[in-house]
Amino acid sequence: MTALLSARNLRRDYLLEGEAVHAVRDVSLEIAPGDYVAIVGPSGCGKSSLLNLLGGIDRPDAGEVAIRGQRLAGLGDRELTRFRLHNIGFVFQRFYLMPVLTARENVELPMAEAGVPPAVRRARAAELLAYVGLAGRARHRPPQLSGGEQQRVAIARALANRPALVLADEPTGELDARTGAEIIALFERLNADGTTLVVVTHDEELARAARRVIHMRDGAIVHHEVLRARA
Amino acid sequence: MRLALALASLRQHRARTVLAVLGVAVAAAMLLDMVMLSSGLRESFRELLTSRGFQLRLSPRGTLPFDTEATIADATGIVDTLRMNADVTAVSPVLGGQIHVPRGDGAVTAFALGVHPAVQGDYELLSGRDALAADAMVVNDDFLRATGAHVGDTLVVAGGYNPQLRTFTGERRLVISGRARFLYLSSGQNAAALPLATLQGMTGHANDDGVSLFMVRVRDGGNVEGVRRWIAAHVPRVEAISIAEAMARVDERLSYFRQLSFILGAVSLVVGFLLVTTLVTVSVNERVGEIAVMRAIGVSRAHVVQQILLEGTVISLGGAMLGLGLGVVTARYLNTILSRFPGLPAAIDFFLFQPRAVWASLAMLVAAGILAGIYPSARAAALPLARTLREEAVA
Ligand SMILES: Nc1ncnc2c1ncn2[C@@H]1O[C@H](COP(=O)(O)OP(=O)(O)O)[C@@H](O)[C@H]1O
Ligand SMILES: [Mg+2]
Repeated sequence: MTALLSARNLRRDYLLEGEAVHAVRDVSLEIAPGDYVAIVGPSGCGKSSLLNLLGGIDRPDAGEVAIRGQRLAGLGDRELTRFRLHNIGFVFQRFYLMPVLTARENVELPMAEAGVPPAVRRARAAELLAYVGLAGRARHRPPQLSGGEQQRVAIARALANRPALVLADEPTGELDARTGAEIIALFERLNADGTTLVVVTHDEELARAARRVIHMRDGAIVHHEVLRARA
Repeated sequence: MRLALALASLRQHRARTVLAVLGVAVAAAMLLDMVMLSSGLRESFRELLTSRGFQLRLSPRGTLPFDTEATIADATGIVDTLRMNADVTAVSPVLGGQIHVPRGDGAVTAFALGVHPAVQGDYELLSGRDALAADAMVVNDDFLRATGAHVGDTLVVAGGYNPQLRTFTGERRLVISGRARFLYLSSGQNAAALPLATLQGMTGHANDDGVSLFMVRVRDGGNVEGVRRWIAAHVPRVEAISIAEAMARVDERLSYFRQLSFILGAVSLVVGFLLVTTLVTVSVNERVGEIAVMRAIGVSRAHVVQQILLEGTVISLGGAMLGLGLGVVTARYLNTILSRFPGLPAAIDFFLFQPRAVWASLAMLVAAGILAGIYPSARAAALPLARTLREEAVA
């Protein structure tokens, strides 16, 4: 089967006070359609740096990422932005919604950017909010929502343009255990419904929900673990 | 959606936005006033000069009209000469002088114009009849108030007065036939207009037939410059200046005004610009995390820039609208103060309301508002995504 995402020999170095920090060293991995991968490892081992490279938010110093056969290195800045809009959904540790927009408008934002007509995007936003269990909160603004609810809105926003892949960086990092568990359940449902997921976490439970776990240390992959075969 | 976002961001910090809009409004009002001031006096002089349709003014060679007490002798001869030119449709000789009305121990003194009432271009009759009879005069309200007289009254009027000896010369009995508004006089000045020959007789110009100036009307479509040159050749004793030339001289005298208003206008524009830049920069700095997330999820750089430019534009537009209203009100107020400026015709406006001035100010302000957004939006567009997200997540 052809990979949805393939990364080869990725390297990312930062220059910190004149010293090179090797955040990602020679990482290669493949993600198949419908996969659910957790990336785990101690703080500072390069998980976020890797995820940013996979999602085209950052560019590698060496190596290559291809998604659906498209080499990201071959895209200019504008095209890469467009590519992210249509192909990748992002969920961050901080929920990062637009505080001045309602939940529904936040979900509509990526669709508006993609040129989806207002009536269509409004309907789809309502659908997505219902999907993440927030049907009644569409008109509320982020400050009026709890942390868990905000993260659900962020997940709905990530799904707006039907991306091939959803990348999440510590999505339960700022939530208490119970709310975190709800998000974990939501991710499982998402994957069961066909969404390909890559989740960076040091939440044991979130990692165990995945089909595969990639262990990192010092910028490199040290262990692959398969928990469940794909259906 | 971008406009909605821009407006929502401004609404979020309502107090701050309102203060910025007020600040821009003050700058806008100042700018409009300065634009009005820079052209107001000039336009208003031009309107005044052209209002009666006399395109040429003839004064004793080497002087400006009423600049000196010099007179031109043999007015009738000059009028006859000027009439020979087919392009000249009217000639209005004018003698300026003073008249005195004995009152109590002293006299009420007024500025007097000797004219041919049928062709005069110095006043507008408000009520009553023009000073067509040899013993008639029209006067302004200030004159009536100062003398306590009414239209229809007969007054003893003198052409000369010696305050030390309290003696009067050139006395006549004149009937006030009408009330008039004098175009070229400053407010509060007593004024009267009477037949030229009468004033000449009262002020000692009966023999030399002297006048202070002539106003000449050229027929519609006639060559004003050609007539001016013809006069220079045929009546060398006078200097003929056209409105265009008079305006050039006015311009010369007003250049200080224009420079002042230009500098103050530029200063207010810069103040408005800095205000908007500051506000938008602060607002962008508060939102770097949000902006980085927008970019990460696929919002283009161009759209981020547009949204921020829009914020600055909305502020400056709001401020401009408010400020232009404020500017018109302050200009009107200043005008009433300055109309009492001594030595200037009351009809002169310092701040002349012209739609062009409003549009020009509005355009400059909106342009400044857009420019003001350039720095903060460029900063927002240049945010390094991965690093900003990381720093904001830690913060
Ligand atoms: N923008 C950056 N500039 C400098 N150093 C960075 C930057 N981003 C990450 N690093 C460094 O790279 C390493 C990996 O960071 P990160 O990918 O955030 O790890 P993790 O997400 O696993 O905690 C850390 O040592 C971090 O200090
Ligand atoms: Mg991290």
